[in-house]
Amino acid sequence: MRRMLTGLILLGTATVLLSAPPGTDRAAGPEPVPLNPPCGVQAFDKPNDAGQAITIQWQASPDEASGLVEGYEVFRAESPEAPESLWVRVGYVPYGFTSYEDQDVPRNGVDYYYLVRSKNQTQSAASGFSNPARSSEQWFNTMRINALVGSILFVIIVVYFISMAKRGQHLFVRRIAGLTAVEEAVGRATEMGRPILYVPGLSSITDVATIAALNILGQVAKKTAEYDTPLLVPNRDPVVFTVAQEIVKEAYSEIGRPDAYNHDSVFYLTDSQMGYASGVDGIMSREKPATNFFMGMFWAESLILAETGAATGAIQIAGTDAVHQLPFFITACDYTLIGEELYAASAYLSREPMLLGTLKGQDWSKAVIYLLLLLGVGLSFLSPGIREFILNLLTVG
Amino acid sequence: MSTNIWVWIAALLSLCIFSYLYKDNPAFRFAEHLFTGLSVGYLIVLYWNNYALPYIITPLADKRWITLIPMLIGMMYLFRFVPKLNHLILIPIAISLGFWNGMSIPLTIEADVLKQVQGTMINTSMLSNIWHPQNGLAVGLMVLVGVISTISYFYFSREHKGVLRFSSNIGIWFVMIGFGATFGYTVMARVSLLIARMQFLFTDWIHLIK
Repeated sequence: MRRMLTGLILLGTATVLLSAPPGTDRAAGPEPVPLNPPCGVQAFDKPNDAGQAITIQWQASPDEASGLVEGYEVFRAESPEAPESLWVRVGYVPYGFTSYEDQDVPRNGVDYYYLVRSKNQTQSAASGFSNPARSSEQWFNTMRINALVGSILFVIIVVYFISMAKRGQHLFVRRIAGLTAVEEAVGRATEMGRPILYVPGLSSITDVATIAALNILGQVAKKTAEYDTPLLVPNRDPVVFTVAQEIVKEAYSEIGRPDAYNHDSVFYLTDSQMGYASGVDGIMSREKPATNFFMGMFWAESLILAETGAATGAIQIAGTDAVHQLPFFITACDYTLIGEELYAASAYLSREPMLLGTLKGQDWSKAVIYLLLLLGVGLSFLSPGIREFILNLLTVG
Repeated sequence: MSTNIWVWIAALLSLCIFSYLYKDNPAFRFAEHLFTGLSVGYLIVLYWNNYALPYIITPLADKRWITLIPMLIGMMYLFRFVPKLNHLILIPIAISLGFWNGMSIPLTIEADVLKQVQGTMINTSMLSNIWHPQNGLAVGLMVLVGVISTISYFYFSREHKGVLRFSSNIGIWFVMIGFGATFGYTVMARVSLLIARMQFLFTDWIHLIK
């Protein structure tokens, strides 16, 4: 009985408290202290951008240190006298941040004002207005001058070596191990009376690896024309398909056997990655090519292709600059051209001045990077100031 | 067992593909051809919706005539079917190659050269904690030696003899260790794909796992 009475009293008290009108101090405690706003709001055009962006910075609310501030809301208006309804909320940052980038500025060249409101679950406090700020686009990103200088240097080196190669100067390129296998592989296919499968990667014509793969295809096609070995070139990209067809046709003509060129030897399969892999797998298991070439850019299908090829007993030569696919080719293929070896192989085989010059240019660029690294490390140990200077020099904005 | 016809189709096609584990057979061939054919049809629709509609049809409908220029350049690929004008397809190919080279050279220099060189530089602050797993001198030196020796492996203008041979041999070790790590990482991802397929078969299809 006593328990029931106590329960009823407690329930009654709770009901009275909960039904108290809003604003009544239920706990009858002290009034909550009003939240302090942030101050010193400044707005300015974001430098080195394409416009329509303004950076806003402020000083944190003094209440942030005591954990009363949860975050800051940023508002924008075209006039500081604009009524509250015209202040647009452009963003929110949690406490600890004192800047925000407004990436949706409606128009360049128009003044905008900002205010920042510190906020927690029950209160908020608005700062004063910022200075007027207008966004504008810049023609040049000065933070990327280092990349521009690097690009110009690289282009100059490459053009210089291309002109050297075109003048007929001998440019030495060391022999690459995997290439010795090409002739052997073509010979093996001829002896066995089986075709050669050449997969020029799955990327588009804009990929350097595809271009290198097509150059190597030209050399392989010359050998198949010479030995009269059937060649199969399935394609994923329609443009690569067109170029591959032309290259193979030209290779047969160059060898003096245009009649031996089979128009259907270079064909289009599908643009779907796994659909293509499935199609090539089917070709490998039915046609049983004696040699498989996987050159160019590959993705997740690399192991599927290489594994099926290995199961059919073919000699496999792969080459790609896709770092994540190289381990699969190395494990499942007989020879693998690793990364830049693919480009070097195409230059080595074709002896094209353009490719040789580019390769030489790349080699010299590597030498420059090599020196830069050693110099940077050496100077870094001399003084932290020099280290900071070098790091700033290499920083890209 | 599922009563959904699509689950059945997907499950049976999965089994057809798995049947290749035994040997090449008509069921596998059927699934393979179906997949290749379907993907072609699917991608035609996809290209229409993702490229033709937003980049050609809609802008032209909005009278943005500037779209005609890239459209005409793109249509030059069709000259491949006109033997006498076949050579004109080189124009769109040259434009796309030039555009991509212009785009990629500065990006490569930024991402693959400047940032990498920056990240490779060891410094005096590393001396304070030699064995720190991220910012210690030992790790810094290892990265530096790895980068320098790997670059030397990919240097093609000299025969790999003497110092260059020594350096490139170290480089290829670094490369292979890196590939080993990548291999293990990717195999894990592939195993999870297999697990997902098994889950589909045992959960959605035959309801063995609930």
